[in-house]
Amino acid sequence: MRVLVTGLNHKTAPVEVREKLAFDGPGLEEGLNSFLQLPEVKGAMILSTCNRVEIYAHVSNPERAVDSVKAFLSEFHSIDPGALENSLYFYTDRDAIRHVFRVASSLDSMVVGEPQILGQSKDAFEFALTKGATGILLNRLLKKAITVAKRVRTETRIAENAVSISYAAVELTKKIFTDLSEKRFMLLGAGEMAELAVRHLIKSGVTDVSVVNRTYERGVELAREFCGRAVRFEDFIKELVNTDIIICSTGAPSYILHKSDMQMIMKGRKNRAVFIIDISVPRNIDPDINQLDNVYLYDVDDLQGIVDSNIMGREKEAERAEGIIEEELEKFLKWQTSLDSVPTIVALRNRAEEIKQAELEKLMNRLEGVDEKQRKAIEYTVSAVVNKLIHPPTVALKEDSEDRDVQIAMIKRLYGIGENNGSQ
Amino acid sequence: MVILFELALTFYFAATIVGVVELFRGSRATTRIMLVLAAIGFILHTINIVLSLLSGHIPVTNMHEASSFFSWCIVLLFFYVEYRYKIGLLGSFIMPVVFILMLSSSILPREITPVSPMLKSYWLGIHTALAFLGDAAFALAAGIGVMYLVQEHFVKTKRLGSLFQRLPSLQILDEVSYKLITLGFPLLTLAIITGALWAESAWGSYWRWDPKEVWSLITWFIYALVLHVRLTAGWRGKKAAILSILGFSVVLFTFFGVNLLLKGVHSFVR
Repeated sequence: MRVLVTGLNHKTAPVEVREKLAFDGPGLEEGLNSFLQLPEVKGAMILSTCNRVEIYAHVSNPERAVDSVKAFLSEFHSIDPGALENSLYFYTDRDAIRHVFRVASSLDSMVVGEPQILGQSKDAFEFALTKGATGILLNRLLKKAITVAKRVRTETRIAENAVSISYAAVELTKKIFTDLSEKRFMLLGAGEMAELAVRHLIKSGVTDVSVVNRTYERGVELAREFCGRAVRFEDFIKELVNTDIIICSTGAPSYILHKSDMQMIMKGRKNRAVFIIDISVPRNIDPDINQLDNVYLYDVDDLQGIVDSNIMGREKEAERAEGIIEEELEKFLKWQTSLDSVPTIVALRNRAEEIKQAELEKLMNRLEGVDEKQRKAIEYTVSAVVNKLIHPPTVALKEDSEDRDVQIAMIKRLYGIGENNGSQ
Repeated sequence: MVILFELALTFYFAATIVGVVELFRGSRATTRIMLVLAAIGFILHTINIVLSLLSGHIPVTNMHEASSFFSWCIVLLFFYVEYRYKIGLLGSFIMPVVFILMLSSSILPREITPVSPMLKSYWLGIHTALAFLGDAAFALAAGIGVMYLVQEHFVKTKRLGSLFQRLPSLQILDEVSYKLITLGFPLLTLAIITGALWAESAWGSYWRWDPKEVWSLITWFIYALVLHVRLTAGWRGKKAAILSILGFSVVLFTFFGVNLLLKGVHSFVR
């Protein structure tokens, strides 16, 4: 029983290839079903996200299986096999298990530590589980992968701290204000990054949104999108007395808000704190404003600096996460070998031999005047009985049958062996 | 009981150490350890005070007892703030204060001079409890003020390290500090009023310009000012934090300085 991982991800294949190989909607069930028809495959699950397509399979012979998986993929998606040659990766055994752990723990993600992949892995596993496609090995592997991912999340800071500018802006906002739902927010200008940040802010509870645009109609349009109201450009400074959070992203060639304006505004607000994010280049807000009490001004470089150091922090945490994964990998492999037939046969024999010796000793102590010949005969008979009794299970273990895992587990339980050699 | 006091002191010391460690390399686990240590100290401390009360003695009649009772009030309010607002890191800033007060208490004179019969009345309990609870609220307001200044510095200078991540938002720090002052101020006011009533019944005059009375009045004016400028001139945030720290240093002087340096009706040793 061995694990084979086949797949491609954002590092090995461009989106044009990834989207062709994706198993989405009904394609997932269909793909899983036809994959299970492959002769080498005993169990499987398919993980298909926008960044990766991976098949985790339980196979009898990985070397042979690699070719049939390749053929399956090109056939199922009607792609020339040559086109896949450089994109696909294959991992077996130890490397395969490590890969599954790393993917679930978000160490293989485009943005290391991003939280979605764990949920996606869980969903993919549960789907395969309900279709009865996984076996004992994959069940164990995926359940373990999920707990490893959780351990990585709680024991390292891999998922802490924002790694995008718009998220960094929202996190900062939460360190200045407590309840965003009672804060007034203003978007000055427009732009992709700014609008993304607005969406994050709204998700974090901001409800009072006003939008200022030099073209009033554009402002009205954007305001509708954010369920806010449009404010005329000429009026925006007046409006700032009641505004707590400002994101500025206009195309103005020079400052549109000066320190003296802000001083007046702060007096009007009785010094209630203001957080200003100026992501326009060139900057639209006089940087000296940051010197005023209770005014916090961040420009795009400040935010980028935060993001950079957060990414560095995540990379450092990723190293610790790799350590956890190696540790869990060893544990998993130990469990896997414990399920192997050879050690089970050895353990079974040892157990029988132990019993035989102990009973013989007892018997010899009780009997008196037994000569060498008689003793040999007794020993011979006892051995014969024992051997005959353990012969059928030994044969069963040696056979490479479909449900050998179950048999091994069963024999171990019936004979009371192997409970102490670490089943975890 | 001496042993209970020493044990409480030990647990507060342990909580202080964990609290300081937490500032530099904290996690949720260290916060919890600190809270548990402080809680054990607090329970022992409470038993000590209750035993004293049961024996008919109000334990505020010498500097040792007063300082110990002051720390007890701070820890009591700290747990209340922790329960209400979950500012776990506050312990790192307040447990050192508690520990220093308890340490001072342990080295200050312990012999109980009998309270002069003139002062033996239920006013003793009411007046001192109000005063110390008020002072405890000011102590926590100042501790949160320090947290505010630290966090404000991080946000302003854009140095957003791990301590920044663990400190709460500026707004909550400012609000909780303000709320504590609005709690401490009426307590202080009542303490001064009950003190005056007590003085009238004991000595026949409400106010005798005793140094303690003078400094309490100064403290009262400082906190009145803190509240006033916040409401009128919008002195919130950094300025309010600085004022709350200044206010608490005057509280400390009123407590230690006046008792140890200046003589008056409030000095325990005469």
